Order: sequence, then structure tokens, then C-alpha cells
Amino acid sequence: MAEPLLKVSGLHAWYGESHILQGVDFEVGKGEIVTLLGRNGAGKTTTLKSVMGIVGKRQGKIVFDGEETVGRPSDFIARCGIAYCPEERGIFASLNVEENLMLPPVVKPGGVTIDEIYKLFPNLLERRRSQGTKLSGGEQQMLAIGRILRTGASMLLLDEPTEGLAPVIVQRIGEVIRQLKARGFTVLLVEQNFRFAATLADRHYIVEDGRVIDMIKAADVERSIDKLHEYLGV
Amino acid sequence: MFELLGIPPQALFGQLLLGLINGAFYAMLSLGLAVIFGLLNVINFTHGAQYMMGAFAAWLMLGYLGIPFWVSLVLAPIIVALFGVLLERLLLRRIYHLDHLYGFLLTFGLALIIEGLFRWRWGSSGQPYDNPIPGGVNLGFMFLPYYRGWVVVASLVICLATWYAIERTRLGAYLRAATENPTLVRAFGINVPRMITLTYAFGVGLAALAGVLAAPIQQVSALMGTNLVLVVFAVVVIGGMGSIMGSIVTGFGLGVIEGLTKVAYPPASNIVIFVVMAVVLLVKPAGLFGRTK
Repeated sequence: MAEPLLKVSGLHAWYGESHILQGVDFEVGKGEIVTLLGRNGAGKTTTLKSVMGIVGKRQGKIVFDGEETVGRPSDFIARCGIAYCPEERGIFASLNVEENLMLPPVVKPGGVTIDEIYKLFPNLLERRRSQGTKLSGGEQQMLAIGRILRTGASMLLLDEPTEGLAPVIVQRIGEVIRQLKARGFTVLLVEQNFRFAATLADRHYIVEDGRVIDMIKAADVERSIDKLHEYLGV
Repeated sequence: MFELLGIPPQALFGQLLLGLINGAFYAMLSLGLAVIFGLLNVINFTHGAQYMMGAFAAWLMLGYLGIPFWVSLVLAPIIVALFGVLLERLLLRRIYHLDHLYGFLLTFGLALIIEGLFRWRWGSSGQPYDNPIPGGVNLGFMFLPYYRGWVVVASLVICLATWYAIERTRLGAYLRAATENPTLVRAFGINVPRMITLTYAFGVGLAALAGVLAAPIQQVSALMGTNLVLVVFAVVVIGGMGSIMGSIVTGFGLGVIEGLTKVAYPPASNIVIFVVMAVVLLVKPAGLFGRTK
């Protein structure tokens, strides 16, 4: 594995009284694509939210690019260079497509330009004056990914980017994630769609009951397919 | 001289102007309330007291320091806005996660305290404030005092500039987005708590600015905001809670309706706005420009 950009150790997280994450450990190397796989309710989304600092209470260590981020507010974490694309996409109804795209402020130099984003997702250019929530599900997902590319963040947290989308859109999003990796982005991906994740990721972490219970490298996926099916209940 | 429906034009246009002036204050105050409610989810009942504080700040600066009206027009809103920053940081911040009712009770209590303190120190009677633009022009069908005309134009410009800033600029986009989903906006790297403080300060500053503008028209008194704030809440409800354009259009529109009612049937002029509110709530509960959540 490359030098770790993100190192999470002994991470606990709570929503109110509910103790969701019970000691999560994993690392993501610079330029890697890493997925968190697991059944519904295993704690994958909570792990992403914890890295981003938007859960109720966190304990443990989350070191990003040498900076400890537990105890820091989410705007500080974003300015360190982590960008987040939520599962529900978080498109703002009161903003048009272009305003949605331009919303996240640039936190570091070297982000993708708006022209490049429109080249990656031509639909967004055509519909840039439309209200954000009037787009189709696929277009909204493109918008949600597109808008975090501008900021100069080096690490992208993508929560189920293929959920509920047509196969052709899923394929397009896969291509874009591959291009982003080629540009040097580091991606932490939460996915239910293992077939999609398997074609992209360098490594897979299996999350169960609020803990990471296994790690499978891309090269070992074929060999571990039975184990994976058991973990994921497919 | 011609008459419209048996009403002399002097009376008609005179009340129309009065309606527009009242409407200007309704619009500026309800705009501040709408901006604050949109982002903070707090119904700022202290708004009337903050309007009064603006007028008092101008009056005190003139009386004690000789600071003229035009300088107070800038300074007084800044001073009252800073007071708003203190309120937000020390008190309001603690109740965002609670039901609207708590914000309402807190700001209502604060309004009573602030107005009580001013009444205790300066009494209830009004203090006169010199008209900075004396004189007027006879338009033939009515006499237009310069200052009143200026107030209508100035408040219209301020309201439209605020609308533009919120609906058409980057900063406004942050504000609209944070109104919808503050957690995500913060996760994009925007300091939302600071934005909330500044938004509250802006809304409060707008109330104070309206207060300074009102000082030469009405007398400066501790209770000048008390009655006004009730009407302004009706305006906000009619326009649609949190709607920017709704506040401006409804503010001016209701001022005019109130003015015309004074000509047509004076006894109804005090209640016409509340009748409109009741009808709008029955027909369109989210308000004329509001969105149902």
C-alpha cells in the first residue's frame, strides 16, 4: 500500500444513545481507491460521516495527511482536503445546477476546473440553469460528484454513488472514478453494489456490526469470492 | 378638481403615500425577520425592540455627540447589529436545536427587557428628531414631503439590494444552501456558525436601519416597535415564512392596502392586515410566496 493519507484507528461513533461504530480501523493510501463493503446497517455510512465530522459523537483517531481530525469541526476537516458526497446526494433545491456546482469553496489549489467538470458530465452543462432537484437521479449524482471536484480536495468520500441508477449511468460513474484515480485523487467509497466496486477498488474493507472484520486486496477477490458472498449475504 | 369614487384625490394620494411609507417599514422589517427565520429557524420577536434601538441610537448620537442623521444612518445599524452578535453568541445559539416556541419565548422576553430598560431610562413619551430633508413639492394632486419620498425610494433600494444579494450572488447561495442543509454546507468547508451570527446581525441591522429612517417621521420612543412588530409578523405570515421576495412585495402591498382602507373605511384600517392574514392562511397556509415543506 502507498503511504497512508487517511489512517483511522479505534474509531467509535454514536448517534444519541446508539453506539454505532465500535472500534473501526483502516487505512487509505495516497492515490488508492478503497471501498467499505458490508450489509445494511453495518456502519459504512457512519464511518464516512465520522471521517467528515458530521456524526453526534466520535472517539478514537482519524489522521488525515498528518492532521488529527477527531474533535475538529467538519468545516476544518473539509479545508484539510477531504470532500464528501452524501448518499442522499444533498442537491440544494433553492440553487440551480451551476450554483450547486460552484457552492463548495476552493480549499486547496489544483482542483478540477468547471470546464473539465462539464466535459466529464456534459448533461450538467446543458442543464446548468435548471433547479438542482429537477434533474434526474443520475444527473443529480453527477452533480453531487462534480461539485466536490472543484475544491482541490485530494480525498473524496463517496457514499453509494450508484444507488438506484440505471446500468448505463453506473458505468459512466465508474469511468469517471477511474479517471479521477488517474488524476491522483484518493477515493474512499461506500458501496452495496459489489460488482461495481470490484472493478474499481484497490482494496476492500468489510464492515460488520460497527467494526472492520476483514480486508481483501483486489488481486485476492477471485480467491475470496465465497468469503465475500458470506460477508455480504449475496 | 376631479374625484375618484367620491374621494378627493388629495386624500387618496395622501393616504397612498402614507401607505407606501408604512409599507416601506413593513418590508424592511419583515425582510430582516425572513432572513433570520430562514437560516436560524428563530422567530425573532426582539425585532421591534431592535428597530426602536436603531432610532434611539440615532437620537442619542445626535443629542450627545452631535452626529448628524446621515452618519447615524450607517453607524446606528452597525452598533445595533453588534448588539445582535452578542445576543446570538450568548443566548440564541443555545436554543437552535429546540422547538420554534423556545426561540419565540426567548426573543419575546428579551424584547420586554430591552423596551423596559429604555422606558425606565427615557420614559414612554416620544422624543422629536429633526427632519434631515425639510420641505416638499406640490405635485398638483398632492403635497409630497421630500423626506417621505426619500424613505420610500431608499427602502425599496435596500430591499431590492438585499434580494439581489441573497438570490443572485455567491454569498446568497451559501445562505440559501445553509438554510436547506447546514450540516452539508459546513462539511463543504464553510464556517456555518459564523454565517449564522452574521446573518442574525444583518437582519438586526436592517431593523435598526428602518428605525433610523423612522426617527424623523415618528417620534423616538421606547414602545415604537411594539405595535409595529405585530403587523410585521402578519406581513411575514402573509408573504410566506422565510420568503425574501414575499416579504418585500407583501410589505409594500399591505402598506398600500392599509392606506387605501383608511380612505375608504377608516375604522377598518387597523384590522385590514389581520383580515388579509386570516384569509391567506385559510386559502394558502404557506403564505403567498411560501413553499410548503
